[in-house]
Amino acid sequence: MSTQLILFFILAVIAILSAIGMLVSKNSVYSAMFLVLNFVTIAVLFLLLNAPFIAMVQVTIYAGAIMVLFLFVIMLLGTDMAAEGISMPWQPPIAILLSGALILEFAFILFFAQQDVLPQIEAISAAFGSPQSIGKLLFNFYLLPFEVTSVLLLVAMVGAIILAQRETG
Amino acid sequence: MNGAATRDLFALAPLIIAFPIMGLVINLFIGRRLSERWVGTIASAAVGLSFVTALLQFAALQNTPDGIRVMVADWISIGTLNISWALKIDSLSVAMSLMVAGVSTLIHIYAIGYMHEDVRLQGDPGRFTRFFIYFNLFVAAMMILITADNYLMMFVGWEGVGLCSYLLIGFWYEKGKDGIGNAIAGKKAFITNRIGDFGFLIAMFLIFWTFGSLQFDEVFQSAEGAGTTVLTLITLFLLLGVTGKSAQIPLFVWLPDAMAGPTPVSALIHAATMVTAGIYLIVRSSVLFALAPATSNLVALIGAVTALLAASIAVAQFDIKRVLAYSTISQLGFMVAAVGLGAYVAGIFHLIAHAFFKALLFLSSGSVIQGVERGLHDSGQTNHETFDPQDMRNMGGLRSRMKITFWVYLIGGLALAGIPPLAGFFSKDEILADASENSTLIYILLTLAAILTAFYIGRQIFMVFFGEPKSEAAAHAKENPPIMTVPLLALAVLAAFGGILNLPTLQSLSKWLQLTLEQVQHTEFNVLVALLSFVFALAGLAVAWRVYGSQRDAADPMRRFLGPLFDLWENKYRVDEFYDWLFIKRYKALAFTLAEIVDWRFLHDWVHDTLLARTFQRSTRWLAEGFDLQVIDGAANNLARLIQGIASRLRTLQTGYVRNYALSIFFGLLILMSYILIQFSS
Amino acid sequence: MTIPTNYFLALSGVLFILGVLGVLIRRNSIVILMSIELMLNSANLAFIAFARAFEAHTGQVLVFFVIAVGAAEVAIGLSMIVSIYRSRGNIDIDQISQLKG
Repeated sequence: MSTQLILFFILAVIAILSAIGMLVSKNSVYSAMFLVLNFVTIAVLFLLLNAPFIAMVQVTIYAGAIMVLFLFVIMLLGTDMAAEGISMPWQPPIAILLSGALILEFAFILFFAQQDVLPQIEAISAAFGSPQSIGKLLFNFYLLPFEVTSVLLLVAMVGAIILAQRETG
Repeated sequence: MNGAATRDLFALAPLIIAFPIMGLVINLFIGRRLSERWVGTIASAAVGLSFVTALLQFAALQNTPDGIRVMVADWISIGTLNISWALKIDSLSVAMSLMVAGVSTLIHIYAIGYMHEDVRLQGDPGRFTRFFIYFNLFVAAMMILITADNYLMMFVGWEGVGLCSYLLIGFWYEKGKDGIGNAIAGKKAFITNRIGDFGFLIAMFLIFWTFGSLQFDEVFQSAEGAGTTVLTLITLFLLLGVTGKSAQIPLFVWLPDAMAGPTPVSALIHAATMVTAGIYLIVRSSVLFALAPATSNLVALIGAVTALLAASIAVAQFDIKRVLAYSTISQLGFMVAAVGLGAYVAGIFHLIAHAFFKALLFLSSGSVIQGVERGLHDSGQTNHETFDPQDMRNMGGLRSRMKITFWVYLIGGLALAGIPPLAGFFSKDEILADASENSTLIYILLTLAAILTAFYIGRQIFMVFFGEPKSEAAAHAKENPPIMTVPLLALAVLAAFGGILNLPTLQSLSKWLQLTLEQVQHTEFNVLVALLSFVFALAGLAVAWRVYGSQRDAADPMRRFLGPLFDLWENKYRVDEFYDWLFIKRYKALAFTLAEIVDWRFLHDWVHDTLLARTFQRSTRWLAEGFDLQVIDGAANNLARLIQGIASRLRTLQTGYVRNYALSIFFGLLILMSYILIQFSS
Repeated sequence: MTIPTNYFLALSGVLFILGVLGVLIRRNSIVILMSIELMLNSANLAFIAFARAFEAHTGQVLVFFVIAVGAAEVAIGLSMIVSIYRSRGNIDIDQISQLKG
């Protein structure tokens, strides 16, 4: 068992556990912190997958900016211990049941269906996933979607301001 | 004259009908703005031009003796029924149209003077124009009748003259007994004629049924092939039409009442022209009648009996026009008897001669009546309401006061009585000669009628013109203006010399009509019959002179002499009362029964109210309550309730919980995944 | 030796299902939003794994866009939660059920 594989399993366990932690924490601040842990773990996995640029983006935007935003809203509203009564008692069991079914389907696909659709990974060039190559692709072939994304962010910003501002009239 | 010119003349034939129509249209539209003289001139000129056209046809026929069929237009074309608007120009129709147009022209001119006075006496000068419009319409209809090429077109004219007769009898519709007497007279004439028309119609249907055509030539050509039974039926129904139009037994009752119309109307329609339509119809259909001897015998008998009956009634009448009316019926009886015996030429001859002298007599009587009325006015008497200017008992001694009228009346009267050499002598004698050869019974009947004829006309002349005036009005009577007397003189000439049309040896009318009629009997002049009839006529006149010549008071000496018979005659054999009892009363009872019991009680009360209304009510109630409310409303309500139920259950699915929707989406995703897996793994 | 792609995909699947469960079970709308972010991340992981397997950079670029869209979504979502909190006084997702039929 290579070190990479050992590292993957450790990271996978951390990611799953942190996700479960986010799921079950009564305090939403804890949930947020578990999610940060999860994101960071995934960022490390990205590094293992030859995607250093995306890993950086993951850490800075997700684990940094977005989760800070979450924490900021939680603090702002003071709803870290929001009431979690039971309004639909039959919903969680059904949800778990259906989730189990989905997992079974995933398992079937991954381990019992045809295996030769994915190419065997022989050796990966060192240049793969480098910020340079990503940047070239982003600013050449995907220039228009990139610019559209900037517009999207602008719209989101404006929308957030309008939604969140107090009624002035 | 060459053939082309003849054809051109024949092409003018429709003008015979067109001129009177033009005259009536002109008067109809601008007549109110014209003076009386112009209205009368236009109407008279229209008829005069029609007469000229008839003369041209006469000239054209000299070259084409067989006659011609002048097409005007297609009229009705349905299946095998093909009827054209065509004129039949032959010697018969031309002779008739010459007579009708000629006499009509004279009567039109006379009417200008007569109606001028009449409309003022009756108090409505505005009707002058209307009178001439009706008059022209009548002439047009009569010409259609005469020149018709088929039975249907003839029927149009037949009905047209009937309509005009109705309109003109009721010309003073607000006058007469109880203010509706004239209107009732018009109605009576029209309804009585309708019975005859019914016969004509049935005959026409039978003709079409038998021959498949209504055109004269086609019918007559195939007449031989038809059975005697159907021919007898056809001719019998035609005879019914004839008795209606020509005032024969049993439908003669309308003609005396028709005297309610102005005197020119009586002269034109009810003496000279329209009433002769029946005789014309028989002569026109002579082929059919010749093949149905049974009907012909009946025709002759009806004619003879009518002649005698009407002559006897005329003896006991006091109204100057009524005497002439019954005289007309009697003379028409002579004609009908003649055509019934197959003496068609004699019938037509008497028809024409009669038209001359009877028109003359009627117009002269009109002249007498107006003279008396004028005398009444001049004498300063005020009993206008009770005084009857037509009653002969109010007259007398007019001989010296109205000279022209007297002389023309005398000529007409002698012609009627059958004194040679006047027209009536020759024509009547020809009929009597025919009768003496064919049927003794009819000869006796007609001879008796002829004696009575001489007697009643003598009685009339002596009562009116001789003796002393029996009223102030008669004493002051005055002659009429020339516009009335000149036509009288013209007619007097015709009445006097009309006999030359068919003098015993020349037989010019016979030869002329022979061109059209196949069966023309050449009756030899019978000296014995002629002498006998002359003697009888003189005897009748002599008895009349003996009884009435020196009469001083109004009482009729014959009443003493004849007793109840005179009363019976004066009351016209009570035929009107008999018809009233036999038909009108039964009819009214039937009508009452139909109205009260059949219509009201049965149809209205039972069928409508009980049967239909209640059934309808019940069925609608069932439809409304049973069907509509239960079935239709039930279906609609239950459908709505069903949807409501489904919806109220389905709405619980929309919980409003976002997580619930997410679960549904998740479930859907699972299903999709399963489907894809099953699809691709197999 | 490199880690097989299947391992990453399995991890991605597990994380996705955990995110789904978060959405379905939790009533705190902020946590639900976080769960959505978790699901996005699991999808990103799958993308990156496939990108390495096929040696295509497109997958990584797509993840970049997903992160950008996610950021926008979080911004809007959080501002909506703030807005809801202002009007209703809590952020319980089950309280927002006016559309109940």
